[in-house]
Amino acid sequence: MSILEVLAIIVPSTLLTAAPLIFTALGGVFSERSGVVNIGLEGLMSVGAFTAAIATLFLEHAGFGNASPWIAILIAAVAGAIFSLIHAVVSITFRADQTVSGVALNFLAAGLTIFLVKLIYNGNGQTPYIAHNINKISVPVLSNIPIIGPIFFQQVTYTSYLAIFVSFVVWYIIFKTSFGLRLRSVGEHPAAADTLGINVTRMRYIGVMLSGFFGGIGGAVYLVTITANYNVSTIAGQGFLALAAMVFGKWHPIGAMGASLFFGFAQALSITSQQIPYIDRLPSVVMMVAPYVLTLIVLTGFVGRAEPPKADGIPYIKGQR
Amino acid sequence: MSKMLSKIQWMKLLVPIVSVVLGLLCGAIIMVAAGYNPLLAYGSIVQSIFLQPYYTGETIRAMIPLVLSGLAVAFAFRTGLFNIGVEGQLLVGWFASVAAAIVFEGLPKVILLPLCIIAGGAAGGIWGFLPGFLKARFKVHEVISTIMMNYIALYTTSYLIKNFLYTEGERTPTIPSAASLASPTLANLTQGSRLHWGFIVAILAAVAMWFILWKTTRGYELRAVGFSPDASKYAGMNVSRNIILSMTISGIFAGLSGAMEGLGTYQYMMINSTFTGIGFNGIAVALLGLNTPVGVILAGALFAGLQTGGLTMQSVAGVPVELIQIVIALIIFFVGSSYVIKWALLRFSMRGHKN
Repeated sequence: MSILEVLAIIVPSTLLTAAPLIFTALGGVFSERSGVVNIGLEGLMSVGAFTAAIATLFLEHAGFGNASPWIAILIAAVAGAIFSLIHAVVSITFRADQTVSGVALNFLAAGLTIFLVKLIYNGNGQTPYIAHNINKISVPVLSNIPIIGPIFFQQVTYTSYLAIFVSFVVWYIIFKTSFGLRLRSVGEHPAAADTLGINVTRMRYIGVMLSGFFGGIGGAVYLVTITANYNVSTIAGQGFLALAAMVFGKWHPIGAMGASLFFGFAQALSITSQQIPYIDRLPSVVMMVAPYVLTLIVLTGFVGRAEPPKADGIPYIKGQR
Repeated sequence: MSKMLSKIQWMKLLVPIVSVVLGLLCGAIIMVAAGYNPLLAYGSIVQSIFLQPYYTGETIRAMIPLVLSGLAVAFAFRTGLFNIGVEGQLLVGWFASVAAAIVFEGLPKVILLPLCIIAGGAAGGIWGFLPGFLKARFKVHEVISTIMMNYIALYTTSYLIKNFLYTEGERTPTIPSAASLASPTLANLTQGSRLHWGFIVAILAAVAMWFILWKTTRGYELRAVGFSPDASKYAGMNVSRNIILSMTISGIFAGLSGAMEGLGTYQYMMINSTFTGIGFNGIAVALLGLNTPVGVILAGALFAGLQTGGLTMQSVAGVPVELIQIVIALIIFFVGSSYVIKWALLRFSMRGHKN
């Protein structure tokens, strides 16, 4: 098998698995840049995937056809943002330990979504399959370009390109707008931001809700492009993988995107490794654990130190030094 | 002043109780909204775990790993560390205990059983040591590193079972009886539940946690680091070493928790595609138990009862068992929001005084 053929298998598969991670990791960046640790990404993805499944099934039934999954992604984003309000209220207003709140958020999402699925589908623990997935397509014109075409523009979904595009938008928002500056300032030094008239609580609420919005999209994309139905094991660890991608990307939108692509690549390799020479001799477990081991290595600082925002995880109490 | 202090002490105890009540209340509201009968549901839980010996036995059985996981989380909390990695430490402990039992098959029970338990604890200890070391040496936050370690444990143990200890049914072979904690006596006593001798290990572990933290100099240092790393360092304590030690001991408790599942409940290890959830429940248990050994046992009993009784609830009242998970999540939220609960209680009691 030639290198090109190998790439034509792996790259589209990487783009497919990376898209949900990119969206969710971007959500994590918003939340943590505002100073709120979000372990609850997994739960937010679950809510997104669940909502997308139900919404797509409903919209299909109502006759929206191919537009259903796209509208469902938007609905899931809103659902994620609303669900993340729980984390915001508990960890910002009630000053609970943010990690504790995140853990509880994951619990609640896992329990609540399956509870609702059973309620809606008479005790059945999974939703029916959606009929209108977002399918893999070949991009017209571009896919005919020799070499690049088959690798980057065949067997892909539009959501992957969208994810990459959005990460540049998020980079622009966080680093080039006054809103982004405010968001980062309440995550680095909330007291200083407060004296300059920035409403710390409000900025943090926005940060958390954006993480819910993007986490919801991430879960929804995972559902409409990959699994097509929702059950207990739909979002098995994708949220934590996105969390790792955010850390691996050093709390930076472009970094998070790069890390997500890399993790997607590792996942794609572990799935397709049997078809690829040399790699098929490697135990599959190496590819499975690679993202996590590499994240640990990056955190130790051997490959450039990863520093979280200064006030990440610390509740802001006015007037307290 | 002392009156005020005793009031705050009382409040500390009130928070978990209020949280449990609020959690159950919210659960009831959800049930009503979904068209179920909450009285029937909760009634069936109480009825099954207190009046049916099988469910009583299963509740105590479920308590064993929950209490050990709770102790693991609580121990690390006392040193100011958040060990989310109990789940992974539990898996490697489970695997190590089962692997030891199979590899050393043929040894007499007096040697093999302790050996397997130690193997489980040691494996968990190593899995806890690593994040502790990374934190002490490289300042890697333990929350992130233990999450990573969880997944490494999940995939590695699955891989090892698949390639080295595989038998039909996606699991390892059953361990020899010389390594088993199972007891026909206990099973008969509880109408065939899977209750096993592991509860002794859990009790010993709770006593060990109390002894280490409150009766030894080292434990004093561990708690001091939890209160204030800077002050401890200034007082001449080795903060790094205490962090590593705390994570290692925490990991040992978690590893034992897994060993109890391997040697007691299941007698084998299956290939887990997702986490067992026991480790994450341990966080809830520790929080609700205020990170004290007695509190962990009580909270473990509550959650074990809810989970075991949840099955009856599903069959009797038709409520999906996931409701229990929702209730537990809500209880964690409430305990976590203790600041607000304390504030509300204070307002409430003050108003009482004025009238």
